[in-house]
Amino acid sequence: MKRKHKRLTFVAIALLLLGAAAALVLSAFEDSIVFFYSPTELAEKNVVDGRHVRIGGLVKEGSIKKGEGAVTLFEVTDLSNTIAVSFTGLLPDLFREGQGVVAEGKLKDGVFMASDVLAKHDENYMPPEVADALKKSGQWNTGGNPPAKEESAK
Amino acid sequence: MFHRFANPARFLRFAAVIQPWIAGLTVLLFAVGLYLGLLASPADYQQGETVRMMYVHVPSAWMALFCYTGMAISCGVALIWKHPLADLAAKATAPVGASFTFLALVTGSLWGKPMWGAWWVWDARLTSMLVLFFLYLGYMALNNAFDDPGRGSKASSILALVGFVNVPIIKFSVDWWNTLHQPASVVKMGGPAIHASILSPLLVMGVAFTTYYLWVLLIRIRREVTANKVRALQMRQASRGEQ
Amino acid sequence: MESLQAFWDMGGYGHFVWPAYGVVAVVLIGLFVESRRSLKSAEAELAALAPSKAEDTDDET
Repeated sequence: MKRKHKRLTFVAIALLLLGAAAALVLSAFEDSIVFFYSPTELAEKNVVDGRHVRIGGLVKEGSIKKGEGAVTLFEVTDLSNTIAVSFTGLLPDLFREGQGVVAEGKLKDGVFMASDVLAKHDENYMPPEVADALKKSGQWNTGGNPPAKEESAK
Repeated sequence: MFHRFANPARFLRFAAVIQPWIAGLTVLLFAVGLYLGLLASPADYQQGETVRMMYVHVPSAWMALFCYTGMAISCGVALIWKHPLADLAAKATAPVGASFTFLALVTGSLWGKPMWGAWWVWDARLTSMLVLFFLYLGYMALNNAFDDPGRGSKASSILALVGFVNVPIIKFSVDWWNTLHQPASVVKMGGPAIHASILSPLLVMGVAFTTYYLWVLLIRIRREVTANKVRALQMRQASRGEQ
Repeated sequence: MESLQAFWDMGGYGHFVWPAYGVVAVVLIGLFVESRRSLKSAEAELAALAPSKAEDTDDET
């Protein structure tokens, strides 16, 4: 009986310490764990031209333009800041206006030159008819959430 | 209740009674789940038909975490209270959990390519899930690394408990950090963000995966108990032969 | 026949959806078969060692 209790206490304390250590390590490395910066974070961090980063946000409505050849120009927004993006290549199927997007590349004279573009979707799933009905009745409130973590908090 | 089934002989009798029921239930649930998921449910408004991959991807990921949690608890019970059955349950769960993790990774990759535009990205959710897969493999390797099964199960139990910190990290990675993977849809505050027509096949498949796990778990525990008996008999015969 | 074609095509995503279901089927069935086979072989081993003791384990799967 005595030894069981000793083992229980030992395991419990060890797990608590381990959890605390993990929390410390994760918060220390937060910057390398985040997959992308929002346009606001990018502005705050003063990322220098030429540094390789990922940015994420929503494709601004009405911002997609076809450039020369396979170049696509669009703007990524987190609803407070916006950044212009230029990308050459094939876009993913989910890439569309108002949808989440993550672009990988570097800044050059205020324009983000993306080498890769990934689509990010939200956590909502529904049949198309339901989405249409919601939009018609004005109850649509799920599409405007930027994928940045501040806004996705419930 | 706990102590009653901790006895392997009693467990074997109990398993023999419930196993056919679990087997039948699993087959039935898979039939209903596949019918709902592939035929009777609509496409998603954004993701179209690819949403059907959710019905195998999400239950796999749930079970990957569920199995690890069960395995870590069993390992804790085995270390602290020395219940023989807890050790066997952990050992029997590991390959099943590793398989579910593998499936979550592979089906996620097949879903990520058409929707995100990438087979794989190193975001917090995907990376922590890969770590979970390696934890399962590490547990199984360590368990078999010792000549003395007692030492093997002790060392691997400690690894399983240490690795448990990864489970909350996987679950909350999508809330704590910016990730490409979207936040939780089903288990979240304010209720599921999934329409009932898409949620119901998902839940049926979730239960089907759970009963499948229990079914295979019973078979694997029975195997472990039988193998232990064989080992004990062989040792007894060997020592008799020496005299 | 046309609807079967559409079902197989999955809105153009058939070559992602079906492999996903396929790999799940292969792994889950494979794991089940392996588990059962190794139980049977352990039971056979036990029966060979102690025919009388094997009785309580050879029940239905």
